[in-house]
Amino acid sequence: MKKELICINCPQGCNLDVEFDKEKIISLEGNECKMGVKYAEEEIFHPVRMVTTTAAVMNGFIKLLPVKTSCPIDKSLTLNIVKEISKVRINAPVKSGDIIIKNILNTGADIVATRTVGKIGSW
Amino acid sequence: MKKKVDAVIIGAGPAGMAAAVSLRENGIKNILLVDREPVAGGILQQCIHNGFGVHHFKEELTGPEYAERYIDQINKNKIDLWLDSCVIDIEKNQDDTKTVVVLSKERGINYINTKAVVLAMGCRERNRGNINIPGSRPAGIMTAGTAQKLVNIYGYLPGKEVVILGSGDIGLIMARRMTWEGANVKAVIELQSYPGGLNRNIVQCLNDFDIPLYLSHTISNISGNDRIEEVEVSPLDENFEAIKSKSFNLKCDTLLLSVGLIPENELSIKIGVKLDPVTRGAYVDKNLMTIVPGIFSCGNVLQVHDLVDFVSEEAKICGASVAKYINNKLEKSKEIPLQKRNLVRYVLPSKVEIGKPALLSLRPMHPAKNMTLTVKTNSSVELFKRKYKNIFPSIMLRINIDVVPEDTEFVEIKFEKE
Ligand SMILES: Cc1cc2nc3c(=O)[nH]c(=O)nc-3n(C[C@H](O)[C@H](O)[C@H](O)COP(=O)(O)OP(=O)(O)OC[C@H]3O[C@@H](n4cnc5c(N)ncnc54)[C@H](O)[C@@H]3O)c2cc1C
Repeated sequence: MKKELICINCPQGCNLDVEFDKEKIISLEGNECKMGVKYAEEEIFHPVRMVTTTAAVMNGFIKLLPVKTSCPIDKSLTLNIVKEISKVRINAPVKSGDIIIKNILNTGADIVATRTVGKIGSW
Repeated sequence: MKKKVDAVIIGAGPAGMAAAVSLRENGIKNILLVDREPVAGGILQQCIHNGFGVHHFKEELTGPEYAERYIDQINKNKIDLWLDSCVIDIEKNQDDTKTVVVLSKERGINYINTKAVVLAMGCRERNRGNINIPGSRPAGIMTAGTAQKLVNIYGYLPGKEVVILGSGDIGLIMARRMTWEGANVKAVIELQSYPGGLNRNIVQCLNDFDIPLYLSHTISNISGNDRIEEVEVSPLDENFEAIKSKSFNLKCDTLLLSVGLIPENELSIKIGVKLDPVTRGAYVDKNLMTIVPGIFSCGNVLQVHDLVDFVSEEAKICGASVAKYINNKLEKSKEIPLQKRNLVRYVLPSKVEIGKPALLSLRPMHPAKNMTLTVKTNSSVELFKRKYKNIFPSIMLRINIDVVPEDTEFVEIKFEKE
């Protein structure tokens, strides 16, 4: 089988021409670096994406804590993960890098804070 | 309050913060960094998606993470940072110093006397008034960046049925963000025959959610009384005129505009800084000094950047030049014009110095394949040559050119088909 892909690893966005069978990539053209190889393989056999969203934070100087998945997760789960994160309430203070939810939806990925949020009145 | 400093940096986004840190590293201690927002970080605080820092920190960060790395450096270096403080004017004094007028929530009105000023005010988005869409004037029409702030900072979803005009990166990022938050994004409409944003964002923000992208289309009418109800979408002919006979309607309660950024240069113009009509940023020399001695510019207020990594790099160079200026060590050799040809939309700086190498930023006019970029002197000495498989207006190129030889009268830069 053949497929055209656009690599999403960096702004260059290489156009990839991939040929593959049920198990493996047979040939790959158009990638300017190694990241394209990994991307093509993942995108064909088990596509993954990073999720970045916000979680509600209580008693913080801002109302929303930006968060991300600790690694890219199964593409079909992104919406469920955003929904899951919208259920939690976190108490300030929070430090950037703190784990907010461990192993979310059994994906193996954690949800990590990407901003330090002090308590109200402590910008 | 009156105060005397060596440098005032206007704007504590990534540009202002990197310029301040660079000034410190170059031995200038008495500096003041000012921002009108209650926190430092600029636009990065609302850009919660990843994609920042791949070049600069060699890892992929989100906007707030990138900002925090610099905020930590500001704190560590004990740089004087005034927040909730807006610069409302810059005045020239007779002794070549400047007075920066700062209106501050905490400190009232302040007159800061300074040897140098760094303009780092960033951009604002073009709005409906800038592009003249016909129709009624209902609520529900806003820039993509405003929607981004509402969703990511304040936690409001501005609408449920969304159409986006313009395929700039902010619009694409918001298409995904609004979808994840439960809205139905019906279409992205783009005037040009190619997308304005990066390919990677077309894939992960539109294709992943089957959001259609209409290239060479525009919104030719808006209807709705209190709230927007419908937009009319029309294909464009080669003269960019709407073909009304082929138009169709999309029902929506929200229209997001992602139709470009304008450097925030009102303060700059007032003090006599000259702007390049293409970039709408200041004309600068290789030291990033504007035509007004002592006034420097970096970041999005100088040229719209797609990568924050380049903003930090540019601001670092700027900080080092400002330090030299303050110490009266800013040398200037003879400058000659840098002329843009074939397909080069703009190149910055617009002049290069004899006997020096130079770092240039540029963008092409439109996407193209297999192009060679060359920089040559009037006597055909080659200063730079590189082949590119693909070039895009959405991707800024940064190149280092060789030393400009003596007796050169001008240098030209152009793309050529292989
Ligand atoms: C939505 C969006 C998505 C982006 N995505 C990416 C990405 O994925 N990867 C990437 O690398 N880059 C991305 N960028 C680009 C990058 O964020 C910008 O290039 C960068 O933030 C510009 O930095 P700056 O400091 O010049 O401007 P800004 O971040 O805009 O900062 C300017 C600061 O100046 C302050 N200011 C302005 N006027 C005054 C005044 N008169 N007085 C006091 N303060 C003032 C403002 O409050 C603001 O804090 C994105 C940009 C946007 C808008």
